[in-house]
Amino acid sequence: MKPFDYVRPASVAEAVAAAAQPGAVFLAAGTNLLDLMKGGVSRPDRLVDVTHLDGLDQIETLADGSVRIGALVSNADLAHDATFAKSYPAVAEALLSGASAQLRNAATVGGNLLQRTRCAYFYDTASRCNKREAGSGCDARDGENRSHAVLGWSESCIATHPSDFCVPLVALDAVVEIEGSNGRREIALDQLHRLPDDAPERESALEPGDLIVAVRLPPAARAFASHARYLKVRERTSYAFAIVSAAAALRIENGKIAEARLALGGVAAKPWRARAAEDVLRNVAPTADAFQEAAWRALEGAKPSGDNAFKIELARRIVVRALLLAAAGTPARIPALPASPFASISGAIHA
Amino acid sequence: MNHSISLTVNGARRDFVLDDPRVTLLDLLRERLHLTGTKKGCDRGQCGACTILVDGKRINSCLALAISHDGADILTIEGVARGDQLHPVQAAFIAHDGFQCGFCTPGQIMSAIGMMREGQTGNDPERVRECMSGNLCRCGAYAGIVDAVLDAQGQMDESNQRRSA
Amino acid sequence: MPELNLTSAPAHLRHGSNIGQPLTRRDGILKVTGQATYAADNHPPGMLFAVIAVSSIARGRVTSLNVAAAKRHPGVVDVMTPDHKPQLAIDPEIKTNPFVFRMEALHSNEVRYANQPIAVVIAETLEAATEGAALLAPRYETLPPLVGLDAGESFVPPVVGVGNPAENHRGDVEAGLASAEKRIDATYETPPQYHNAMEPHAIVVQWDGDRLSVDMPTQGLMLSLARIAELFGIAHDKIHIRSPFLGGGFGSKGLMGGPPVLGIMAAKLVGKPVKLVLRREQMYGPVGHRAPTRQRLRIGADGEGRLTALDHHARTVSSTFDDFYEPAADASHTLYAAPAIRTSHDAVRVNTGTPLFMRAPGEATGSITLESAIDEMAWACGMDPLAFRLKNYAEVEPMTGRPFSSKALRACYEQGAARFGWAKRLLQPRQMRDDAGLLVGWGMGTATFPALMFQAEARAAIRRDGSGVMEIGAHDMGQGAWTALAQIAADGLGLDVDRVEFKAGTSDLPDAGIAGGSAHTATAGAAIHSAGAAVIARLADLATNDERSPLFGAGNAGVIARDGRLIRRDDESRSESYSEILARAGVAEVEARGTGAPNPAAMEEYAMHAHGAVFAEVKVDPELGQVRVTRMVGAFAAGRIVNPRMVQSQLFGGMIWGMSFALHEEAITDRRSGRIMNANLGEYHIPVNADVPPFDVITVEEHDPHVNALGIKGVGEIGITGSAGAVANAVWHATGVRVRRFPIRIEELLTQL
Repeated sequence: MKPFDYVRPASVAEAVAAAAQPGAVFLAAGTNLLDLMKGGVSRPDRLVDVTHLDGLDQIETLADGSVRIGALVSNADLAHDATFAKSYPAVAEALLSGASAQLRNAATVGGNLLQRTRCAYFYDTASRCNKREAGSGCDARDGENRSHAVLGWSESCIATHPSDFCVPLVALDAVVEIEGSNGRREIALDQLHRLPDDAPERESALEPGDLIVAVRLPPAARAFASHARYLKVRERTSYAFAIVSAAAALRIENGKIAEARLALGGVAAKPWRARAAEDVLRNVAPTADAFQEAAWRALEGAKPSGDNAFKIELARRIVVRALLLAAAGTPARIPALPASPFASISGAIHA
Repeated sequence: MNHSISLTVNGARRDFVLDDPRVTLLDLLRERLHLTGTKKGCDRGQCGACTILVDGKRINSCLALAISHDGADILTIEGVARGDQLHPVQAAFIAHDGFQCGFCTPGQIMSAIGMMREGQTGNDPERVRECMSGNLCRCGAYAGIVDAVLDAQGQMDESNQRRSA
Repeated sequence: MPELNLTSAPAHLRHGSNIGQPLTRRDGILKVTGQATYAADNHPPGMLFAVIAVSSIARGRVTSLNVAAAKRHPGVVDVMTPDHKPQLAIDPEIKTNPFVFRMEALHSNEVRYANQPIAVVIAETLEAATEGAALLAPRYETLPPLVGLDAGESFVPPVVGVGNPAENHRGDVEAGLASAEKRIDATYETPPQYHNAMEPHAIVVQWDGDRLSVDMPTQGLMLSLARIAELFGIAHDKIHIRSPFLGGGFGSKGLMGGPPVLGIMAAKLVGKPVKLVLRREQMYGPVGHRAPTRQRLRIGADGEGRLTALDHHARTVSSTFDDFYEPAADASHTLYAAPAIRTSHDAVRVNTGTPLFMRAPGEATGSITLESAIDEMAWACGMDPLAFRLKNYAEVEPMTGRPFSSKALRACYEQGAARFGWAKRLLQPRQMRDDAGLLVGWGMGTATFPALMFQAEARAAIRRDGSGVMEIGAHDMGQGAWTALAQIAADGLGLDVDRVEFKAGTSDLPDAGIAGGSAHTATAGAAIHSAGAAVIARLADLATNDERSPLFGAGNAGVIARDGRLIRRDDESRSESYSEILARAGVAEVEARGTGAPNPAAMEEYAMHAHGAVFAEVKVDPELGQVRVTRMVGAFAAGRIVNPRMVQSQLFGGMIWGMSFALHEEAITDRRSGRIMNANLGEYHIPVNADVPPFDVITVEEHDPHVNALGIKGVGEIGITGSAGAVANAVWHATGVRVRRFPIRIEELLTQL
């Protein structure tokens, strides 16, 4: 690990100023950053430790009914907040399907949003990677890439965003509150992560010094609570990143879908909101046929970036299943194996 | 640059000067405080051997900078037993053969204690398996680990009931 | 290092003291309190930290290292490179015996595989040494690496495994295939796998003049000692190795590899104690692995489901600079009674660290393919897989015609099948579903592993206070040597286990042989048993020749040792305690040595193997293809069971390895660079707790008078065999999809579901 200056700012404004300088990065829990630093992937000159800042670790319900989650709330604390989990069950389920209990205890909401890809070529500093070193090339493109992107990728980068948490968040129109050099602003989470195009090194809409201070879910997000699920296919039962995942949330009125929300994880450089699929589900009955149609819409434009064509078909099937699960209703308690196809739930769900 | 930090480690306050901000909690414990019960299996948050409790919560100490945890209350495997009196989880690990080589064991035990404090699993073995999945065991002692956790949980619940009765 | 203080478990956990009792681990308290000292836990005064820098290319040459940059980093003391290092006494390329493998001791700039050590940075802190290694920023002259099973011209290796012929046959395989009514011709692939013991390889070294003190995990104290002695040109008695606990070995800590040698060199270079610990990613290269294989099985059967021929060919790889060949096809020698069997191997050389022994080398890779192919053949014959196996049950070892020293496999099949409920299995695949609609499949596999014996010696003593001592340089890598061997010692000395001081784990003790080949309990146990008998005989001499003893005149054959007393066999009212005998004789203690060794005559006469039957249930999501093992039953017959609790744990562990082989483990090599792209525990998947369902282990009673004096066959490796195939076969039974590439991946199932 390269030597660095350690700075512990006393206020958000101080933090933003300290991090605006070249070579500076924010340190929250460090569960991703330290891993990257140990691997030589990230070699910052200055760590601006925001963990001691006051006021960023609250979960508040605002007057308009939205919920505001401080950036330093831990993944575990958020998932285990009974009120939050009841209102946004797919978010809680996604959180609990990510990483391990130890990592969830440490990792923060803000940090989760900004975690870096798991692309092995990004992590392997001897490989060429446009994300790690702009313009150096992409060794993943012709490499071992069965887990790489099938949507929104470019010739310069085929990496995926690994977060589970972001998938239901983006489906529920989460908003990110940012403190920057020019004060506070907010953007839709869907606008936070960038697709690679020809500049994969620019991963987000953040400017130097920008600090995510909170994530907000709008009042409408609560309306999906009774029909919201997250589903994640992985290579072992737990403690693994998604091959593909999906968050599905339905507002069902009089036997018809009034509104659907759908997003995919593990398929693109950002959590992938499938609006076209949502559109075809509006005002239709929650049937397997409708969900099949939605799945086709969700994956329109998908193409393999390598040895990963199976992910497109897998994604379609996950969409159908996640929608079926959502339609069947949110379980009273998050299953023992969160987001798993093996989650023990009653009743036949398979065709 | 030197940084003065203070930690409470297994109940005792420790003040010291850290000459290098790169030191993780794990390396601080092992190489500077010589508390070597906490193990380094991967150093990247992928195995759980370094699990300790920080302010009552289980975390991977390999991915935590010591300097950032100034003021924290730390519990390691060395601080779990009361003298010769083993913690119920420790005794249950022996009784159920919840380990073979023993290298992951301090992390497993700290994780189990942390999990019980989280109170999310009850006596459901499937939830215990899921919530202990952050601790790899290459010898494959998982069955004994789950039995040990459920047994210890049962014993502690019972003694808590007795106490409150 | 603190004195080892092994404590028995609390009294309420005790069930007895001798062979056959399920004692809890005597090292249990040390392990659950964090007091068990593994190599990297040592910290002698003045110790420095050494960190290895490894190659990022797989083939070529290091042309420069930025040593100056590393040295400029505060805290860096020195950088060891091919140009700046202590000289070894012999060239590390010389193979002085068959158990010496070539290693990198910075003796050349050549790079032969990715992750090869190319320099060592020594610093005052771990942080400085680690960053110093990064600052070396090596430059290379890169050659295109040889990667994969088709990397080059294949050849037939001179031997496979440890001295086995690469080709064997009995009967006419082609004729057998030609006459068959049903034929299977199937090709399977298994990936490179890495041991990944939880404890990374580590060494703490202190030189004191020409005396050397070493803490390191080793499965072979004396082999390591001899290798260090020859490499550094020092006498055996100047070297002291401590290895009281290994944090897992699985074969990767059996033979001395390069990294600990670099640690010893580094300490010599800087003249101070040094600790060197491999980083997890550095374990994917210089410390061995299981080689990949491609195996073709051709099997014939007649109209009644009797095998007519079994042809098993395995392609594997070795490194470009040394020879170890995974003896995968040899798995077909012992299990099924085909009248014609042929096994053969060929290999190619690739730019990899030399593959080595990994838990059940050959048996694991060969078992998953053989059991899959047998399953395919049972289906082709329209027979239940268990019925098919019983029909082809080998009454004698098929390849050699020798009788088995013992073989309770039928009982394993029966008891395992009964416990599992196998009789309810439907023959057709893809017929079973659970309440949630998941596909359910049941599969089975036969387990087998040879009952091996090596050479060992032990020293026993009985002291004036009536207590006993047993000394043997045995190794506990988790299998439970501290406990099981102490139980054997207690029996041998006629004492309760708490009255025996059992010493093990250091190189100044008698040679226990290597802890490998599932032979350690048998080998070390035989030596302990023999030393115990010898020291009791000496004690008996003292008593029976002394007219003041109630045992006077009984003769050696006439007394038995029990509970710290010698008792006259024909009159149990006449006895005397050990301490009384020694007190009267005026000696502080009596001692004796004993040895354990294979019996060549018995080995010539009998085929010696442990056996087992494993039954697995998997559930598969019918659309998403994710697989989970939900139930496993293993019934094993492995001779005498010294400690049922520890044996069960070993077998559980092996079964998990089998499941992992079928579903999880795979090192992914970039075919262009030869680098392993998942050299970590996040993406090299081994099972987590949630992957492991309730397992059921049955140990089937088996008495074997031939394998060794104690009748022990060993259980360390057999659990992985049979289990891997059982899981793979269960996946087929659940889905109707036969995947012949392991681990079974979602995409292979997905396209055919």
